[in-house]
Amino acid sequence: MSNPLVEVSDLVFVYPNGVRALDSIDLRIERGERLAIIGQNGSGKSTLVRHFVGLLHATSGEVRVDGQPVGRRHVAELARTVAIAFQNPDRQIFAARVRDEVGFGPRNLGLRGAVLHERVGAALRVVGLDGRGDANPYDLGYSQRKLLALACVVAMDAPLVVLDEPTTGQDARGVRRIEAIMAELAAGGTTVVAISHDMRFVAENAARVVVMRAGRIVDDGPPATVFSEPSWPVLGSTYLEPPLAARVGARLGLGPTPTERTLVARALEASAPRVSGPG
Amino acid sequence: MTLTLEAVTYRYPGTARPALADISLEIAPGAVLGLVGANEAGKSTLCLLAAGLAPATIGGRIEGRVVIDGLATVAARPSELAQRCGILFQNAETQLSGTAATVWEEVAFGPRNLSLSLAEIAERTDWALGILGIEALAPREPGRLSGGQAQLVALAAVLAMRPAYLVLDEPTSQLDPQGTKMVGSALQRLAHDTGVGLLVVEHKTDLLASIAERCLVLADGRIVGGGPSAELLADPRLDGWGVEPPSAVRIERAARSAGLAEAMLSAIAALP
Repeated sequence: MSNPLVEVSDLVFVYPNGVRALDSIDLRIERGERLAIIGQNGSGKSTLVRHFVGLLHATSGEVRVDGQPVGRRHVAELARTVAIAFQNPDRQIFAARVRDEVGFGPRNLGLRGAVLHERVGAALRVVGLDGRGDANPYDLGYSQRKLLALACVVAMDAPLVVLDEPTTGQDARGVRRIEAIMAELAAGGTTVVAISHDMRFVAENAARVVVMRAGRIVDDGPPATVFSEPSWPVLGSTYLEPPLAARVGARLGLGPTPTERTLVARALEASAPRVSGPG
Repeated sequence: MTLTLEAVTYRYPGTARPALADISLEIAPGAVLGLVGANEAGKSTLCLLAAGLAPATIGGRIEGRVVIDGLATVAARPSELAQRCGILFQNAETQLSGTAATVWEEVAFGPRNLSLSLAEIAERTDWALGILGIEALAPREPGRLSGGQAQLVALAAVLAMRPAYLVLDEPTSQLDPQGTKMVGSALQRLAHDTGVGLLVVEHKTDLLASIAERCLVLADGRIVGGGPSAELLADPRLDGWGVEPPSAVRIERAARSAGLAEAMLSAIAALP
């Protein structure tokens, strides 16, 4: 078996003021996974993913990306492997034109001319900002600036994509678009890690959910397990609630129904007359 | 005494096309009005107008008028507006003053500019932090807060001004589910107990379903729908307007089309 894309071993991170933000984190992320990290504000989600890109350095323990310890790698070189969209797009946008913003990363990878132009154009099309290439990013609304930050990530064509709260400020169409982009990235073999407070979004778009509380991982499994009734006390301990579909399914005795689709499917199965059974 | 928009049409500086067209609405003291709509529909622009920042501060052309408790916003001074109508921006981090060393001082910044007594400044600051449950953040440095914490601090700073009306542009966008619920109940208490009139923009229709009596829908700069939240948020046109219906409505619809509505509805109704 090949090495995992991300391997976090006994990671501890203590801020200069003494706050222990991460405590003994062990996490392996395999290539091609669609993983969501959930947990209340301040549980360490963003702090953890910042270690993947070398923006923070472990107090102790180790983070390896693609087999290499992050601490020894140059940020510019890591950028070929990991692309991150921050929670607040305004912390990463700096160019005066949308296409320059999206082109900044690929240009630093050495792309020029028609290849660069095509890469930028494709990324803008993916997020639905084609036609806005010459706009100033700050003439775009907040939700469009979030999409611009996503285009920058898409344009890097990196094997690991990290999205910190991708759906905040998005309307229904924006959320659908982000879901489609994540599915497309995953289908192309990209590993996608998303941090989110939207449990419906998590249940429908992640194959694996990592639950954090106070700097530790307290649960890790597929949505059907993490949102199933036996796991509710763990979720509750970090002040999270399963999606409504899971709660309705449990109430109806249908077993784990993390998504609206599985809820309706299970309910139909349960109400259908049995034509034949195992006897 | 109300916050009223009377047939307001608004154009940003240098643009010919109106960002908002023919908007009329009224917010009474103690009322919670929800505002939903697709991205770029004009929700944030409507917030700027309702709070009087447009056109007074950012320019642009307005037809019709915005009146807050009898005061037309075009003629008002910023200090008069700040005590009548508070606003929380979508990106809360942009509204922290950047001058305060601690969260407590950040929240006290507004009241201090009202030349109140020290005792009253302290009382208001502690009250605003308390109602949002963030007393523990008081000694922290404002520049080193998480997105969710910054949003709560910015909201506390607005509350400390004790405005008669509050315009909140996605006040829970950065918050976890517990923080969202807490802000929701704090806003309800604020409206109910102190008579503050609220305009709340949210994509989280689950939250609006629980705190807003009425909702309006904005599309392409116009109001295209409105009514009691329970009815409006179940309106089948919502999807077409780019608005996600609340979870319960979505599940009910899916169940109905599968012929399972009754069992599902009673299960939803029985949830704590």
